[in-house]
This record gives sequence, structure tokens and C-alpha cells, in this order.
Amino acid sequence: MANNRPPQENQSSEQPHTTPYTMNWQLLPQFAVSGLLAGGPIALMALGLVLIFKSSYIFNFAQGQLLLLGTLFTWWLAVELALPLWLAIVLALAASAVLGLLIERLTLRPMTGQPLLSIILMTLALGQFLQGAALLLFGGTQRNFPQMFSAANPYKIVTPFVYNGRNIQIILKQNLVWSFVVAILGVILIAAFFRFTRTGLAMRGASEDHELAQSIGLRINRIFGISWAMAGVVATVGGVLLATSSGLDLNISLLVLAAFPAVLLGGLESIPGVIVGGLIIGLSQGLVSASKVQFIRNSAEIMPYVVLMIVLLIRPEGLFGLKRIERI
Amino acid sequence: MTLLRPAGEFDESYASDMATIRRPWQWVALGLFLAAIYLLPSYASQNTIALVNRIAISVIAVQGLNLLTGYTGQISLGQAAFMTVGGYTSALLMIHMGWSLFVTLPLSALAAGVVGLIFGLPSLRVKGFYLTMSTLAAQFIIPWFTRNAFPDLLNGAQGLNVPVPVLFGVAINSPQRFLYLTITTLIITTVVASNAARSRLGRAFVSIRDNDLAAELLGVNLYKYKLQAFFLASVYAGIAGALSAHYLRHINSESFGLADSIILLGMLIVGGLGTNLGPFLGAALVEFLIELATLAGPFLGKIAPSTAAGAVQALRPLFFGAALMLFLIFEPKGLAHRWQLIKSAWRLRPFSH
Repeated sequence: MANNRPPQENQSSEQPHTTPYTMNWQLLPQFAVSGLLAGGPIALMALGLVLIFKSSYIFNFAQGQLLLLGTLFTWWLAVELALPLWLAIVLALAASAVLGLLIERLTLRPMTGQPLLSIILMTLALGQFLQGAALLLFGGTQRNFPQMFSAANPYKIVTPFVYNGRNIQIILKQNLVWSFVVAILGVILIAAFFRFTRTGLAMRGASEDHELAQSIGLRINRIFGISWAMAGVVATVGGVLLATSSGLDLNISLLVLAAFPAVLLGGLESIPGVIVGGLIIGLSQGLVSASKVQFIRNSAEIMPYVVLMIVLLIRPEGLFGLKRIERI
Repeated sequence: MTLLRPAGEFDESYASDMATIRRPWQWVALGLFLAAIYLLPSYASQNTIALVNRIAISVIAVQGLNLLTGYTGQISLGQAAFMTVGGYTSALLMIHMGWSLFVTLPLSALAAGVVGLIFGLPSLRVKGFYLTMSTLAAQFIIPWFTRNAFPDLLNGAQGLNVPVPVLFGVAINSPQRFLYLTITTLIITTVVASNAARSRLGRAFVSIRDNDLAAELLGVNLYKYKLQAFFLASVYAGIAGALSAHYLRHINSESFGLADSIILLGMLIVGGLGTNLGPFLGAALVEFLIELATLAGPFLGKIAPSTAAGAVQALRPLFFGAALMLFLIFEPKGLAHRWQLIKSAWRLRPFSH
């Protein structure tokens, strides 16, 4: 592995390298910041999972396919039907809310009271079904998604760190920055919804105990429906943000897999947890990308799952989650 | 259900009480069935034999999953990853050491078992859905490892060409010859799995599934038995993966992916959790459905040409997902349970209650 060290390495006299297992320190700030920013959309996707888990204790493995369908629908409206992008997004958000409602009504409600395995498998089966449906309806080709942010003028930040006599610059694509801003705004908006609105409070109440919630007059079915609709909307927003920066194909549904570990890291019931979890996952991916060893650089794609294994072994309830005490 | 016996059938010894096969005619039926399977090459088409091979390999993997998920109640999304371990191990040992399949198959089972133990370690602290996540991690980390680690040995993303196994001087190089290998292995794994399930081990597994806290209070060592379940499940996956690698003669990091793990779990649900019959029925039905999607794909392409290219790829998950959802809603206990209902209804006929 030592031989694919970049050549400019040896010119620097102030940092002699005795071992190849080090970082590209001059790239570290760049990768750290873009990793953190990439954590924004991860947090947003994780939020979709937490929304459903909080209200109904279902971990939705089909979230990726929900995201895929919502984004494909946006693309279809904006490109095939040539609608203005904002209108396409609004329509697609409405459609994905309806899709979320339908899924809850048709597939998850019959499963009420079934064991955990059946419910997990139901969302997995749903994911397979939706993936097949997306492929059948839209085909499997790579598509260009309409750009929302200019790709021409990246933001530049000059850091105080000096390398080779120059200050290290961090170059950030507008895409990345604005996706991050939108994602974090979305998470804050939903946190406010849970804190201040009547429906949000009802949803939190329902998550404590389903039977108790019903007995004080909360309509639990409607609450499940609302959370699925919201999860659909959040998935589509996340998908559109991802598609503007990296294009759109069927593999976009796999990107949600990076959000599963973020949810566990943050704690399954915690809304602030998803931000922290998403940022840590993004940061960890950025940090290993700055390594000089190709093997470690390549590990960026499985970094979320390495973090996940560590979390499961050390602190399974996550950073902000609730520890459950069981009785017989 | 199982207590229902035909009138006049009594156990006269402990051996007959514990017997799986009770009546002489059942031995005859089993013999005829096995003869029909072993003689398939003489009368069945190439496609049928290939399908039977695929079903048999899937059944082995699902049997392992059944021990872990069906009996012990630990949900695993990583069964396909452990198949990858088995496949690579057997292929590497045969390429570099030149060992026979008699040696590489047990060793690949062992290798998969050990890797399975590592990913089963979180089961000491977490359960249910959290454990699913840990096995999901296996499903990503193991294929990534085969792509990136030891490029000289594992050949990166391209994977390995797996040699043809030679047993007793015969090269197992056609589906017909492979059939004898897979069916014989399947018989052994079935006997082991069904006996494991009804021994002390299996009873401990079931007690953990039904209530792990109560099981622990009764003196069942949770850690020991959970890890044993993980080990056994991965051993089965390793055997299935090695067989599959030698059958397809190629293995790479994408040979057994997340979708395959989901399909294996689906087979188990469709067949019936915690039954010996379940893996057979589930694997047969799901493989049959996938075969149907392969046949229906070109047909769909004729009706709507625009979708022709992706139709087969689209129909497989579509059929499988729809079938699994319908089963979960309408027949959550699986085909094996339905089979029991049919049998007992037939025994009680004409008095249905």
C-alpha cells in the first residue's frame, strides 16, 4: 500500500513521514467539513425513520424505496412533463404523503399486534416490492436531475492551518452547503412540530403507550397515518437533495442504508439525536477519506456500519435514546 | 396439532415415542421420494434439475436461518454474507491447496461459523431489531472486505473462478452430477437440523425465543446458546455458499447480497418459522416464483416493449415482495402450519370438531 503515496509528499520538509499509515493532513480540513455537510442529508433520512419509529415502533426498512419513488416522481414531473421545478416538488411531496398513507393503511395496519419479525419482514418485503415497481415504471437508467444550485461558484473558506507555506483552503460546492441547510432546517422544523403543535404532542403521547393513548381519546390509527405521510414527505425532500448533487438512479435507495446507523447512534426516539448521529456518520466517512492508505480510504462506504457495530457493542441505546427495562 | 394420531396408534417404547418416522409406510414413502429425486437426471429436463439444485442449496441456507430465527428468535439479515464467507473459503482452499471438497466443505462451514460468531457477539447485549442491525452490518462489511482486502488472494471486485470439485475420481461439472452432491448434503443437514431442534439444544433455543428473561431465570445460559445458534446458522450458510460457489463456478462480492438475505428470510416466513418442513416449502415456493418471474419477463417485454430491458430484474423483487406481503397478512404462520391444519382436518374427517 505504501507505494501509492502521492509524489508531492516528499517535498515537504517539515513533515517527515516514517510510516505510510498516516493521514493526508493538508486534506483533512476539506474532508472533515465536506463530510460534516454530507451528514445533513443523512440526518434528514434518519429523521424519516425516527418519525415512524417514534409513533409506531416500526423500523421502516422501505424508507430507501420511499425516497426513490418520491424522487423519481419529482424527476418525471419536472423533466418529462416539463413543469417548473418548485411545482414538481410540491406535487411530488403531496404524492409521497399519499403513498405513505396508503402503505400504512394497506400493509402495516393489518400487521398490528404481530411479532417484531413479521413487521420487520413486512417493511423489507415492501421495499423489494417498491424497488421492483420503480424499475418497472421508470426503467433503470441513470438520469440527470435538474440543478437547483449553481455548480459554477463553489464557496471557499481560508483556514488558519498552514501547509507548504500556504493557508489551506476548503472548497465547498453550493449543492453541499444548501442541502445541509435545508436538511437541518427540516429537522428543526419537525422538532418544533413535535414540541409546539397539538398533533405533534398527540404523536409523542401515542408513542409512550398505544393503549393508554387510545383510552384518553387519541386516534391512534390517524397518528400512524400522519407519521407515515410525514416520513414520505421527508424521504422525498432528502431524495431531491441527494439527486441534485449526485444524479438519480435506482441505487439512490441504497443511500438510506447510511442513515440506519445514524438513527441507532443518535438513539431511536430522539430528534436531536438524528442530527448528531448524521453528522458523526458523515464526519467519520470524511475522515477516513483523508487517509493515505487506499484500504482505509475505501472503507468510507462501510464506515457507517463500523460505527454501528461499535455503538451496538458499547452503548446499544445510542447517545440520546431511552434505555428500556424489561420485566417478565 | 402434533398430538393427533390415527386411532389405534400407540407408542410401546421410548424409541417409538421419539421416532420421527413412525410407520413402515412412511419409510416406503420416504424411500420412493428420495429415489424419485436421485433418479431425476434420467427423466427430468436440464431446467428442472437446475431448479432442484437451486432449491436444495436455498433449503440448506434457510435451515440454518431457521435454527437462528425460527427456533432462537434472533432475526438475521446477514445469512447471505456468511454464504459469501463459505464460498470464498472453499474456492481458495481448492485453488491454492488443491484439497478435495470433502475437506474444503467442512472447513468452509467452520470459517463461516467463526465469522458468524463475531457478528453474533452483539447479541450478548442487544436483541430484536438492534440485532437485525448488527447482522445487516455483516451484510455490508463482509462483501466490502472481499472487494478490498488481500487483492492478490481475493482478486478484488472481479472475484474468483471456482474450480470444479472432483469426488471419487468424477468431476462434478454438470447440474445432473451436482444434484447427487446437493441432495446428499441436504439429507445430512436435514437430519442434523431436525435432531438439533428436538434435543436439549433446540429446547434451549425455543425457551430463549419465547421469553429470554424467563429462560435465563430457569438456568438457560443465554450467551452460550445464542452464540451456538449464530454458529450453527452460519455453518449452514457456509455449506450452502460453498455448494453454490462450486455450482456457479464463480464467486464475487455481489454473489450473495442484501437482497438474497431478505429472500432467505422470506423463504423462512413463507414456509413457516420453527418447523422442519418450513424451509423446504418456503424455498421451493419462492424459487418457483423467481423462476416464474424469469419466464414472465420476456412475455411482459412483448406487451410493453419500453420496459423489456429491465422487466426480469423488476419482476423478481416485485413478485417476491408481493408474495411475501400477502403471506404476512393472510398466512403469517406459513405453509407448514397450513399443511398441519390440512392433515388434522383429514384425520378428524368427518367430525371436524
